[in-house]
Amino acid sequence: MPFDHDTVVGFSKSFGLFYLVALSVIALVWTYWPSNKKGFDEAAKRPVLEEEDRPWRG
Amino acid sequence: MIADLTRAERLWAMLILGALGLIGLAMAIGGRNDLLGIHGWIVLAAGLGGFIAVMRGLDAPEPSAERLNEYYDAPTRVGLILTLLWAVVGMGVGFWVAALLAWPDMTFDVPWLSFGRLRPVHTSGVIFGFGGNALIATSFHVLQRTTRARLPDQISPWFVLLGYNLFCIIAASGYLMGLTQSKEYAEPEWYADIWLVVVWVVYFAIYMRTLARRKEPHIYVANWYYMAFILVVAILHIVNNLAVPISLGSAKSYSLFSGVQDAMTQWWYGHNAVAFFLTAGFLGMMYYYLPKRAGRPIFSYRMSIISFWGITFMYMWAGSHHLHYTALPHWVQTLGMAFSVVLLVPSWASAGNALLTLNGAWHKVRDDAVLRFMALAAIFYGITTFEGSFMAIRAVNSLSHYTDWTIGHVHAGALGWVAMITFGSLYSIVPSMFRRERIYSQKLVEVHFWLALSGTVIYVFAMWNSGVIQGLMWRTYTESGGLTYSFIDSLVAMHPYYIARAFGGLLFLLGALTALYNVVMTIRMPAPAADDAALDIPAKPALQAGE
Repeated sequence: MPFDHDTVVGFSKSFGLFYLVALSVIALVWTYWPSNKKGFDEAAKRPVLEEEDRPWRG
Repeated sequence: MIADLTRAERLWAMLILGALGLIGLAMAIGGRNDLLGIHGWIVLAAGLGGFIAVMRGLDAPEPSAERLNEYYDAPTRVGLILTLLWAVVGMGVGFWVAALLAWPDMTFDVPWLSFGRLRPVHTSGVIFGFGGNALIATSFHVLQRTTRARLPDQISPWFVLLGYNLFCIIAASGYLMGLTQSKEYAEPEWYADIWLVVVWVVYFAIYMRTLARRKEPHIYVANWYYMAFILVVAILHIVNNLAVPISLGSAKSYSLFSGVQDAMTQWWYGHNAVAFFLTAGFLGMMYYYLPKRAGRPIFSYRMSIISFWGITFMYMWAGSHHLHYTALPHWVQTLGMAFSVVLLVPSWASAGNALLTLNGAWHKVRDDAVLRFMALAAIFYGITTFEGSFMAIRAVNSLSHYTDWTIGHVHAGALGWVAMITFGSLYSIVPSMFRRERIYSQKLVEVHFWLALSGTVIYVFAMWNSGVIQGLMWRTYTESGGLTYSFIDSLVAMHPYYIARAFGGLLFLLGALTALYNVVMTIRMPAPAADDAALDIPAKPALQAGE
């Protein structure tokens, strides 16, 4: 396959589309995967937790 | 600063600073017939000064192991002060160049006072000096709190903060001397660019090393945004600055790219500097400090993740909207336009998420100027991203491009979004960072808020008006097909708006000075008496009535 302008454009226009769709699907599935919800809910509380302002050591 | 370092770290610091001094010396000798030599002397002074300072503190007592029970906030404290100092410099020069546009004679025929040299001092001063220091300072703060882990060591955060400021000084002093590679927001020459890469790799390593030691299983979303900012800025910076210096003794270099490839690379860089420096990093700030100040968790954590991936995917392709109606292939322009329009979805998801988080806390927004700064930032973020998507449409761009409308758009983002979220976050952590009970004057925060808001509104409206008038004057034709107005006609029409713009900028600058004064006075307030005792021992619960 020659590395010329038309080839690069063809690759960008085809692969680019599938790459975007695939990454969008992965991001959405991961975000809405039911078992991930618990972790997200806990993470969301992180900034507002009133706890001592120091690293956890154990 | 030096007292925080262990003995081994002090020796490392001397080694690094000594090497820096030697590099400076080599630059000064190799570039003695060039402006590079002057930068060599600056680097030598920085390296040597630091070396002597560390050497003098070499035998000071080592920090106790107790330090590991605390977060390492000293770099954040220094970073916050540097943020405000750069704000005053960057916005001060911004006001000056705004005045220069209204009264062009004020260059007084001094080369370094000319608009072309001062403007990049303004843009780099506010973006890199003010914004960059704010991002470094807050990212260290947020990273530690959300991972519940202390920064990995005491030396690398200083290397990043001080090394970054050395880059900013080299950049700004170079512009004044006339050193530039003529790429917008990437003006510094090759040696400064290489130095920034070194600093940036260490910055990313701090993030990775702290995350590896995290005590929280989930990485809070703010860190994702900060990491996207660090990682992508590194990629953009390296690719756009690929260049060959004409010799190791010369500041001048030639870019690897030329013609339309150069333009495309530059605006891929330039727009993603907006995306990942001025958006992703500050969204990281917003996703931590806004919920914290409002006392409410983010409205939808899932939405914040989807916005994150949306913004990181799509911004990458939007840069070509800067090159509508140029030699760039038409389909690439259309691609940039399409992605810019779709970008509105994740952008508004973020702005909406922030405002919905405040739903139920509007009374706090009313009473607390600090939270109001953040709320206003979210509103301006929404306005600016809408405007940006709209301006990226080719037909709209034919009117707006090369006019002051673009300047208005940029400042709605820079003043309304970036600076507001920064000031809000800064005020919210200054008291705890400096172990003071409160900010020195709540009233001055209020004054700053109204100065900032009125300054932004005056600035943006002046530029909107001026931009649209400019665009229309440039495209008005006579019956015979000639241009109705000459360029100078449009310039005369702009004059009142340029005065209004300088006034808006002045108000914003006064706000930044108010912030600096307020923070300095906060630091100078006496520390709460029981501070040290309260640190280590949990406070006894107060007796409740009826107990």
